[in-house]
Amino acid sequence: MSKAPNMRTPLARVRGLGSAKSGTEHFWHQRLTAVANVPLVIAGIVIVISLLGRNHAAVAQTLGSPVIAIVMLLFIFSVTWHMRIGMQVVIEDYVHEDARKLALVVLNSFYAVAVAFASAFAIFKLSFGV
Amino acid sequence: MAQAPTSATRTPVRPLSPHMTIYRWPITMTMSIAHRVTGCALYFGTALLAWWLIAVASGPNAYANFQIAAGTWIGRLVLFGYTWALLHHMLGGIRHLFWDMLIGFDRAEREWMARATLFGSVALTILIWLLTYFFTGGLR
Repeated sequence: MSKAPNMRTPLARVRGLGSAKSGTEHFWHQRLTAVANVPLVIAGIVIVISLLGRNHAAVAQTLGSPVIAIVMLLFIFSVTWHMRIGMQVVIEDYVHEDARKLALVVLNSFYAVAVAFASAFAIFKLSFGV
Repeated sequence: MAQAPTSATRTPVRPLSPHMTIYRWPITMTMSIAHRVTGCALYFGTALLAWWLIAVASGPNAYANFQIAAGTWIGRLVLFGYTWALLHHMLGGIRHLFWDMLIGFDRAEREWMARATLFGSVALTILIWLLTYFFTGGLR
């Protein structure tokens, strides 16, 4: 601890990013995506179920139609964002060794981004037909 | 500090606070664990969603392979479990959103919401699968 007097008020130190440099950002994003996930998950379930018995051409056409594609993209980004924060909390709760924790947090981010981009690419491909 | 008592003389008389195993296991604890477990399961389940989307985008052959995998009994079991985990985590999450607004902290409310999460998720899962079979004639 520094011996120099700290002239900043407690309020100034907790404002913005706070002393931990991340503040309550994760908490807020977890709630934000949770609220978004409720209608998106319901819509996602309806879309998946309506497509389960169909042949490939019908599924490809439906997933590529603008409204369905937009809903699925929102669903994917909200869900992967939410799960990335959630799994980071789980890792931080159970993994206490710094190197292993860092490696798992990095892998967690890679996995979430990979799932998001792979899914988004598939939907874009179906939408634009390239 | 030479007079410090040894552990042998101290342990028998020290009063112990009741530990976890003393308490009756409340349903809210089970639901808390279930929320985390279903969240972790859904985390890996998104890879299946990505597989499905990539299979559709790749063409009829890749899609047929996915359909074959989803049609096996283990594939059906995973999809059924996925549906339940999704609904359980969603209902559990809604419960957490109420708690964030400082609603539902009474003992009766906590227990009621925990039971509603469990029975609601199971009932909705069965309903969704029955409707799916009714309207699409099963997962072909």
